Amino acid sequence: MAFAETPGLLSTTEAFSETTLVVDPARLVEACAFLRDEHRFEMLVDIAATDYLGWGSPGVSGYIGTAAGRNLNRPMTQGLQALPAPKPKRFSLNYHLLAIQPGARRVRVQVWLDDGEPVPSVVSVWPGADWFEREAWDMMGIPVEGHPHPERLIMDEDWEGHPLRKDYPLGGEPVRFSGEE
Amino acid sequence: MATIARPDAKDPIYDGTRIPSPIPTVLEVDPAVKDTDDILTVNFGPNHPSTHGVLRLIVDLDGEVVVGVHAKVGYVHTGFEKNMEQKSWWKGITYAPRIDYLAYQNNELVFVLAIEKLLGLEIPPKASWMRMLLSELNRIHSHLVWLGTAALELGAISMFWYTFREREMILDLSELVAGYRMHTRYFQTGGLAEDVPPGFYPECRKFVEWMPKAIADYDGLLEKNEIWENRTRGLGLLSRSDAIALGQTGPVLRASGVDWDLRRDDPYLYYDRVHFHVPVLPHGDTYDRYRVRIEEMRASVEIVEQCLDRLERLEGEPWIADDRKVVLPPREELHTSMESLIHHFKIVTEGYRVPEGEVYVAVESPRGELGCYVVSDGGARPWRVKFRAPSFAALEATATTVQGAYIADLIAIVGSLDTVMGEVDR
Repeated sequence: MAFAETPGLLSTTEAFSETTLVVDPARLVEACAFLRDEHRFEMLVDIAATDYLGWGSPGVSGYIGTAAGRNLNRPMTQGLQALPAPKPKRFSLNYHLLAIQPGARRVRVQVWLDDGEPVPSVVSVWPGADWFEREAWDMMGIPVEGHPHPERLIMDEDWEGHPLRKDYPLGGEPVRFSGEE
Repeated sequence: MATIARPDAKDPIYDGTRIPSPIPTVLEVDPAVKDTDDILTVNFGPNHPSTHGVLRLIVDLDGEVVVGVHAKVGYVHTGFEKNMEQKSWWKGITYAPRIDYLAYQNNELVFVLAIEKLLGLEIPPKASWMRMLLSELNRIHSHLVWLGTAALELGAISMFWYTFREREMILDLSELVAGYRMHTRYFQTGGLAEDVPPGFYPECRKFVEWMPKAIADYDGLLEKNEIWENRTRGLGLLSRSDAIALGQTGPVLRASGVDWDLRRDDPYLYYDRVHFHVPVLPHGDTYDRYRVRIEEMRASVEIVEQCLDRLERLEGEPWIADDRKVVLPPREELHTSMESLIHHFKIVTEGYRVPEGEVYVAVESPRGELGCYVVSDGGARPWRVKFRAPSFAALEATATTVQGAYIADLIAIVGSLDTVMGEVDR
């Protein structure tokens, strides 16, 4: 396998003709520098964070309704056709790399993180990672260690919570009524 | 017409071992200068007529020279990605074009391609050709809006009227095909929502004949215009290695001398079956970014013409895949077939299920590599949708490009990166 020598490589998967390298977060910077220099992935195109809280919780279909009866206002109570494969930790951070060479090779570097577990910054490998890592902190609450500007990017500086997490409420902000103390 | 200098193909784009020197995405004022009390901090935006949306720049000035810049984004954050997690795949397609409201057709395309990749769905040739045709019309549309507003900001007001005249033609074509002028939702999982209407090909031919003349007119107005040249040449410099290190794509990357276009180098749809030229210019300044976009419009017209040639021969062919688990059954069957009615009902209410997995799909939008990372848990709604917005990366280059520029050129330089704030903030 071409990527077997990547530092900190935990596993490699091929799915939908895409290669995913799962890497130990502690050796992420090393792995990224290796991929950039040895495999010529000069460009980091994207960093996408995903929250897997409640992954597979709808259960398997065939179960229609609860003791209180079927909730018609909530679609998808029928559940999934098969339970999805369990994930090792709550968050995944996906670095999509591109080699600007004939053939346009791509690879996805994936790290798995628990809530509050920091990930080292790859700004020293690709300066363009800067805003993507700030976005990951802002939207998903993934702390980035060694980032030059560890601030929120999209939300206000004093915003509470991280909006793209699965446990972030959908119902908007609480409204204070006039006359309320 | 100016000839385009192509960088030598053997010239390495980027030597892999080079550790990039720190490239700022936030330009800090030199502390020695800051203490002199000569620095004036100016707030620019978020509601400024020339920021192409609600972008806020906090600019530190030494006299008239920009010595520090902080870009603040997030004023149009609308939670598209969060919303799309709550909607079925089917309904989510409506959100995608609204993310980048100038390249709506390309956004729709990338999301639909991502769903089709997960489903493993084959789409009929007619749908692919039509998708290509509309994406290219959309590219011209986006560049026209950019050209008109960028010239307007430098005082060339007549450009705006000319470019919006041709933009109107493209919107009329959109309306003819989909019934909507923008955000058409014409791309459906499996193909197109409706067949191409009669009368579209002749109308589109008229546009293809007209457009090269219009582009020549723009060139006549701007290319050798002394004011335009003085205000764009040599300004907003971005070297090729900085452009790659900062993840720039699309016209910004090609204007910095990198010969890279996903349509040619990583073809999707039928881009490998058409001939078009990819403009590449070496200087990395505002003027080259303008030239690249002008040339890209010409290339897009070429592609539209070739799509029309193919489409006219595909008259009467299917425009959507025949997969009843994903695609709505034909309308007339609903009156006679119970199964069709059930399928229709299930797809509209519950939505179709998409196999478990994660994919990243990229297309060349008018602004560069537009990517869509999608995770499915096997249900009827996406688990996660993340758009890789080319404007987001382009704004990272603000600090590098405006370094040492005059405040009067700031607008032209930031404008030349062609950012759409809806896409940056999502």
